[in-house]
Amino acid sequence: MEYHEKTPILDARKYRVGDVIYITGEVVLARDEAHKKLLEEGAPLDLKGAVIYHCGPVVTKVNGEWKVIAAGPTTSIRMEIFEDKFIEKFHPAIIVGKGGMGEKTLKALKEHGAVYAAYTGGCGALAAERIKSVKEVHFLEELGIPEAVWVFNVEEFGPLVVTMDSHGNSIYDEVDKKARSNLDSLLKKIEGES
Amino acid sequence: MIDEIVEAIRRAETQLSEDTVEALKKAYEKETNEMAKTQLKAIIENFTIARKESLPICQDTGLQTFFIDMGYDFPYRAELKNAIVEAVRRATKEVPLRPNAVHPFLHKNSGDNTGRFVPYIHWELREGDDAIIHVIPKGGGSENMSGLYMLPPGVGIKGIKKTVIEHIFKSGGKPCPPTIIGVGIGGGADLALTLAKKAAILRPIGSRHEEEFVAKLEDELYEMANKLGIGPMGLGGDTTVLDVHVEYAHRHPATLPLGIVTQCWANRKRKVHIDANGRVEVI
Repeated sequence: MEYHEKTPILDARKYRVGDVIYITGEVVLARDEAHKKLLEEGAPLDLKGAVIYHCGPVVTKVNGEWKVIAAGPTTSIRMEIFEDKFIEKFHPAIIVGKGGMGEKTLKALKEHGAVYAAYTGGCGALAAERIKSVKEVHFLEELGIPEAVWVFNVEEFGPLVVTMDSHGNSIYDEVDKKARSNLDSLLKKIEGES
Repeated sequence: MIDEIVEAIRRAETQLSEDTVEALKKAYEKETNEMAKTQLKAIIENFTIARKESLPICQDTGLQTFFIDMGYDFPYRAELKNAIVEAVRRATKEVPLRPNAVHPFLHKNSGDNTGRFVPYIHWELREGDDAIIHVIPKGGGSENMSGLYMLPPGVGIKGIKKTVIEHIFKSGGKPCPPTIIGVGIGGGADLALTLAKKAAILRPIGSRHEEEFVAKLEDELYEMANKLGIGPMGLGGDTTVLDVHVEYAHRHPATLPLGIVTQCWANRKRKVHIDANGRVEVI
């Protein structure tokens, strides 16, 4: 299925792995330090039904206005130590990043009806094209540009591929299982070489 | 020469190298997995926009890294280091680049991509009076998927093959596949990794080592890596690596160092050539 959605999203349980989503509305950036800070101090904005994006963007000021230069996803697994607590506390609908997340997050997605979606890694320019403006930024002084909590206004932000859904499915588990069996046959083949 | 180094950084960051563009387009044509095709399509769309709009291909504009291949008699050698540092400062503002130099103890970002030993400059000397600066900003996500394995020499080439394939499997989707894998064999720990980095980034995709047995190993590793089925971004598919390059050095009898460096599909690289008369060209 392909979805074109407006934020906030309150029915993320309908998404299944393999679905492709395009977002119009707001995307909230949070990576390593931001997760830690929001969990410790609370969020400066309502995150219910929000799209949380693991991203450390390149943002610059042009004539007093923020301009997003590049904003592709960062590796999500680093946030695994925070994400289940983050989902439980703030109830976002979609966590966007790259590379997938672990067991604890998959469990939290199931419990709280959220999904994880992959944005193609490295696609910083494509993302920037769909980010129309900067709505606000939090903790900029303290955390610096790549780690701050940015809120971007976006149009047709995607393709976001649902890779972990709220029904316990994970594409990463499937790919991993297949790749592991491929690995075993390759290792056997190498072992058998003269 | 500062202007030209800034220009080389700009081109490296905003215009994907031609060999990589070709390899990705070919991979898109050949790929049979639908999910993989959506990823490759987004990648192609992304580097096309980056080139057109002169935007960085990826928001992680990398750790500014320079490999210098310099003649003993290059007359401007004393100026080179300062020129590079200055060019990095300017490129950070002008391209612009993400500030990616963080103090490991104080957690403070220097803000201009410079700091202790950064930009990282690797020097190699040879006969001649000119210099080539390889401008190779390197992303953090793929660099995290580097590996050093001090293998017992008895495992031989078989052991090397197994370790490389297991390494690519373990890396999964994390280094932004399709990747280019650099393998460095022999030397010491540091040399194995340096050779691996040169193999991954400095060699064009599709090139083969001049020695046949090494070229054959490259072919085998390339074929096997793509049989893993990890696919673009680890979502499954036929395209896990765009190429595998191998370099080697002689080794100590007691050691078999194996360095593996992973380069993401955003394979950013340019060259600056400076001759003895001070003529500078960005390639």
